[in-house]
Amino acid sequence: MQSPSFDFKQDFFQLFGLSQQYRIDNALLDQRYHALQMQVHPDKFSHLSEAERRVSMQWATRVNEAYQTMASPISRARYLLSLQGVDTQEETNTAMPMDFLMQQMEWRDAIEEAQHESDVRALDQMELRLQHEMRELQQKIAAKIDDEHDYAMAAESVRKLKFMEKIVEEIATAFDAIDH
Amino acid sequence: MALLQISEPGLSTAPHEHRLAVGIDLGTTNSLVATVRNGISVVLNDADGRALLPSVVRYFPDGSVQVGVAAQEMQSEDPVNTIISVKRFMGRGLSDIGDISSVPYRFVDASSTGSGQAPGMVQLRTAAGIKSPVEVSAEILKVLHARAEAALGGELVGAVIAVPAYFDDAQRQATKDAAKLAGLNVLRLLNEPTAAAIAYGLDNASEGVYAVYDLGGGTFDISILKLTRGVFEVLATNGNSALGGDDFDHRIYCWLLEMNNLSALGAQDARQLLTRSRAAKEELTDHAGTRITAILSNGEAIDTLLKQQDFQAMSQNLVTHTLQPVRRALRDAGLKVEDIKGVVMVGGATRMPLVQHAVAEFFKQTPLTNLDPDKVVALGAAIQANVLAGNRSADDWLLLDVIPLSLSIETMGGLTEKIIPRNSTIPTARAQEFTTFKDGQTAMSIHVVQGERELVSDCRSLARFELRGIPPMVAGSARIRITFQVDADGMLNVTARELVHGVEAAIAVKPSYGLSDDEIMRMLQDSNQHAQEDMQARALREQQVEAEQLLEAVQNALLQDGATLLDEAAQGRILTCMNELRAVLETADHAAVKRAIIKLNDATVPFAQARMDKSVAHALSGRKLTELSLD
Repeated sequence: MQSPSFDFKQDFFQLFGLSQQYRIDNALLDQRYHALQMQVHPDKFSHLSEAERRVSMQWATRVNEAYQTMASPISRARYLLSLQGVDTQEETNTAMPMDFLMQQMEWRDAIEEAQHESDVRALDQMELRLQHEMRELQQKIAAKIDDEHDYAMAAESVRKLKFMEKIVEEIATAFDAIDH
Repeated sequence: MALLQISEPGLSTAPHEHRLAVGIDLGTTNSLVATVRNGISVVLNDADGRALLPSVVRYFPDGSVQVGVAAQEMQSEDPVNTIISVKRFMGRGLSDIGDISSVPYRFVDASSTGSGQAPGMVQLRTAAGIKSPVEVSAEILKVLHARAEAALGGELVGAVIAVPAYFDDAQRQATKDAAKLAGLNVLRLLNEPTAAAIAYGLDNASEGVYAVYDLGGGTFDISILKLTRGVFEVLATNGNSALGGDDFDHRIYCWLLEMNNLSALGAQDARQLLTRSRAAKEELTDHAGTRITAILSNGEAIDTLLKQQDFQAMSQNLVTHTLQPVRRALRDAGLKVEDIKGVVMVGGATRMPLVQHAVAEFFKQTPLTNLDPDKVVALGAAIQANVLAGNRSADDWLLLDVIPLSLSIETMGGLTEKIIPRNSTIPTARAQEFTTFKDGQTAMSIHVVQGERELVSDCRSLARFELRGIPPMVAGSARIRITFQVDADGMLNVTARELVHGVEAAIAVKPSYGLSDDEIMRMLQDSNQHAQEDMQARALREQQVEAEQLLEAVQNALLQDGATLLDEAAQGRILTCMNELRAVLETADHAAVKRAIIKLNDATVPFAQARMDKSVAHALSGRKLTELSLD
């Protein structure tokens, strides 16, 4: 089978016709995502030849991947930094400031306690606070990448965001455990 | 055969005939078929004017089969050979069926029948021989297929078959296989709540986020959808593929046994009481109480009063059970109850007042029930089928659905590693690289499971993929890229390539609960013995239909874009392949037709890519135009 020849050299920002920066207009991204899928989705090709259906599936898969990367604040940052040749080292670089790590431990203890006491309200509040802190971190990432071009600092914030995402997942697991 | 069709002035394209396509709701309790006629989706009735076909199949010793009302009427007489709620067994093993003693069938453990694919899909021993749930479902589909062709007066191009959103890969594959046995071309497997949303959304031109609460006979789904300007985007889905209206019947049945001090009933009595229990449940939809009466085979008379509040007390926790997936779906979508603009009720079981109350209380609003909850899925599936068959519709809309359960591979120590997370929009793909761990290793095995848990043993085994033909190398130096592709039906395909030498590795799939190609072939042959149909003739006809559709599609593509996107030589190559295909079409050689189809398809790949590039460019330029008009 020959490899697809369509223009995968285009980066995701070009694909959606957005300028290459962290701050994006999410409504515009959604609108362009829909416009692209309207053209490439397999449902538009199911009555056509196998060759067209195959190309459609490759494109629709690609557009979904691109949208997913662009819509998520953490993966958009990771992707943007990779285009600048910066690896966020989320798996290898786990060195974090001491106060950040202490805070993580406090979060975990609080989640465990809330789960133990089936305190849904406490979990709700923690989720809200976390979301607030994550938004602040995203603003910091935006400033580091778009304004200051300080990619190393941005990468550290991405690593912090990753830690916090894991805590949000733990809250979800705690909700599930209480639900059972 | 004309190469060029001249259009009348004023007609932008050649008029093309309406292609017959249907939507099918293959339900646990009832099944339906619908189609779009004159732009409106309608359910097709049988000769007696009935829309609902009871999903009941009875087998006779002479091999004949009865489906629907007639079979349902005899279920208490012949429970062992009269299969109800077969959907619960699709893609399922014996150990998945909770309480075997409560159903009268003679189960066959598939792993003992010699196919050697433990655990394997469960099978049923009937008067007409051993039947797979796939074959039983195919009997229901055959009846709907025949009903549709009789009503529409022609051969179907294909069908969209609705499946529970929470169906896993094995259950989806089993449904597809059943359709194949019934001679249906599956245009798409469509998630039931999404089908319902299409039927509702296109009617009401709604915008916003909606929840679809779908409690069927044997399955429960919840989907959260966002509707924006003709786009139906599923944000999250969750459910329980073993919870439905049947379970409420069973609660009443158990209560009846308790109230009347009954135990160890025979199959006939058990089925009779179960049928009475279901009738009582339906009666309670608009009555405060109902009498359950029956005469058992030993002459004992049953006469018990069931009150609404007693029914509520015994089944309240079933309803509570449905709210857990609802909370998860909302959390996955990142939404709160207040964000939901409307709640659509689907499935006959949502008629129960206690279900309606619980849903209204949870969402703090009255659910929408203006479309018949039994028909809405088939109506939506038909609308999708009409589009997929290539019939032009007035409004341009798009459906973006998701995969309900995460796909993972087994890693060291029986742990799972997520490859594609749940609620990823489909189609989606993920490539992963693997290496060999022994010198000269030429094969490796990959175990794919579906589910959310960390241990492989807590997830559902989908398949084991054996890779062979890896060139012998030092341990760790081979690089094998495996691509996991989930298509628009929500089904997984796996391909592998060895990157150092660039060889395509051969993949042998061992489905954990599915049927092998050989088994499908045998079933096709079995079913055709009765239909007196020649396999060769059937294969040829299928190839001819495919060839004609392909020729038409390529011809239309050439008319639209041939002159602008291809040079003369490239057009010539495609025309040559088309002529070759036309020439072999006259012969009765289905293998030659197939070869010519493949050749033409391959020849058109670059053209298809160029056309797609043009479409994408068009999407972006269209966007710029709207921007200009906004300024």
